[in-house]
Amino acid sequence: MSAVVLEGRNLTKHFKAARGRGSVRAVEDVSLTLRAGSVTALVGESGCGKSTVARLLAQVYPPTSGEVLLRGEKVKGFREYRRQVQLIFQDPFASLNPFHRVRYHLARPMRVHGHVRSDAHERELVAELLERVSLTPVEQFMDKLPHELSGGQRQRVAIARALAVRPVALIADEPVSMLDVSIRLGVLRLLEELADDSGLALLYITHDIASARYFAEDITVMYAGRLIESGPAEALTQAARHPYTRLLLDSAPDPDRVTRPDRTRHGEPPSLVSPPSGCRFHPRCPVALPVCSSEVPGRTDLGDGRWTHCWQADGAVG
Amino acid sequence: MNVMEVRGLGVDYLSSSGAVHAVADVSLDLRRGEILGLAGESGSGKSTLAHAIGRLLRPPATITGGSVTYHRPDGPAVDVLKLKREELRAFRWRELAVVFQSAMNSLNPVSTVGAQIDDVLRIHVPDLPRKARTERSVELLQRVGISADRRRSYPHELSGGMRQRAAIAIALALNPEIIIMDEPTTALDVVVQRDILHEIRALREEYGFAVMFITHDLSLLMEISDRIAIMYAGRVVETGTARALHQAPRHPYTLGLLRSFPRLHGPREELLGIPGTPPDLRSLPPGCAFHPRCRFAFHACDSTLPQLDPDVACLLNEGKGVR
Repeated sequence: MSAVVLEGRNLTKHFKAARGRGSVRAVEDVSLTLRAGSVTALVGESGCGKSTVARLLAQVYPPTSGEVLLRGEKVKGFREYRRQVQLIFQDPFASLNPFHRVRYHLARPMRVHGHVRSDAHERELVAELLERVSLTPVEQFMDKLPHELSGGQRQRVAIARALAVRPVALIADEPVSMLDVSIRLGVLRLLEELADDSGLALLYITHDIASARYFAEDITVMYAGRLIESGPAEALTQAARHPYTRLLLDSAPDPDRVTRPDRTRHGEPPSLVSPPSGCRFHPRCPVALPVCSSEVPGRTDLGDGRWTHCWQADGAVG
Repeated sequence: MNVMEVRGLGVDYLSSSGAVHAVADVSLDLRRGEILGLAGESGSGKSTLAHAIGRLLRPPATITGGSVTYHRPDGPAVDVLKLKREELRAFRWRELAVVFQSAMNSLNPVSTVGAQIDDVLRIHVPDLPRKARTERSVELLQRVGISADRRRSYPHELSGGMRQRAAIAIALALNPEIIIMDEPTTALDVVVQRDILHEIRALREEYGFAVMFITHDLSLLMEISDRIAIMYAGRVVETGTARALHQAPRHPYTLGLLRSFPRLHGPREELLGIPGTPPDLRSLPPGCAFHPRCRFAFHACDSTLPQLDPDVACLLNEGKGVR
């Protein structure tokens, strides 16, 4: 197994709720590791805290408790950290400045981080970046403004910008969910290549567990601020152990489905201001036990790199 | 038995740099009680088409031609595009209702959901007594899975899924023949989405309305729809039953879409995707708009515009090209 590049240990983040209504317990005790040359997926529904985890790992804000380690060490200084860990956001229409050309978006981080020797060198590096994200011929794209590009092309510019500082880890927060179906694939392939060829450690955050099956080596599933299950992508999607992961898999649209899923109503994710006690999934869980509402389940290792947080992990389910 | 027929419909967006043909020569049938899926990427014209059918377009959009005929269950056919203001008021909600993507924007934020259902009933059925209206509101909300005490809630007090359920309840209030659903579940989580799709199917069984279900998510459409129409660059390029499209797509674009999204079950198929990007409607490629991205394109594709004949608009299927 390749080396651990980025690691979050027991990350917890509470936000103050508006007008003194207590705190939003967005992320609770999350530990996650990213390895060089490998794509790790973090899957969950909206509001489950996956974007908060992304920002904690990128040190956009500090955790309430827990720590983020880069190659086993704490990194001091925002700029030094940003040189190594970069973020890609969901909305390429919002993340590029509409007044600046592609060249500026890519050259700026290189200048800030001191990679540029001269103007000619800058041009060369920008061309190289565009080449890497397949925006060719590069001359055609260099002087374009964001509104002249399609969504997929914009997202490629955002990826090139993240690569400009030569990071070791890339955190992609729903990088394709705003793009059209027919161009998602190309962007995901590009991210996959970057991990394969450049040895980047990549965190792919998504609500779409089917795409995680195809593009990630490992999948970690999150629910209401907590991690609930993790394992190799294929094993996890084909034989999930946690009832929530099963629900997620059963709910995803799938024209190949053999049996019609059941018609019970499943309720909605809980409020994170006053999350349910014990396992946060217990009010919606079809197989909940009395213990589920009183105690948080610990981590059960299932072998082959798989683990889950469930009181019934030992096989009673399924 | 068709409840609505669209024939040769065209919609342009007028701008200073010329007209953009958002919908071009679209013909579609909506059968009574069926769920017709309308799939396409952004800019394919699917929402514009739905808005045109509901007479909801605003300038700079203009209808340039064609007709939309609505067949009352027991009355004469109506040309929707020629309805006058007052007739249109009666037509909407009672015969055709619309559910939009963002229920937060389509519900009135300063009025409770109960009051909003009450509004529809009060205006369209003036002689219904207040007590009966309240009973009907409660019944509708319960029917879509919202408890009666939520009648007094404001939209912001409901979750996204509940808001969408409330919007569906309002659409059902007058038992319309047609409900247009424009990306009704796109903003929702998959679990909530699944529950609402079941709800829509169950309600359809019960009330017998026809649904035009618009989304970019083809895998979702294949599960919920009876028939599907695929749109590309303002035109319908293929129609067929969900099953036929799933098992034997005939248009290369449909095939490309099907091979673009990862599957959850079964072996890990190779994903082919579709090269290139969706076209700019201001400068469409000549001939078939899909030909620059088509892996089967041949010499005639950049000059001849294929017609929908009868289920697919592709020259390959007219015996003129390679198989």
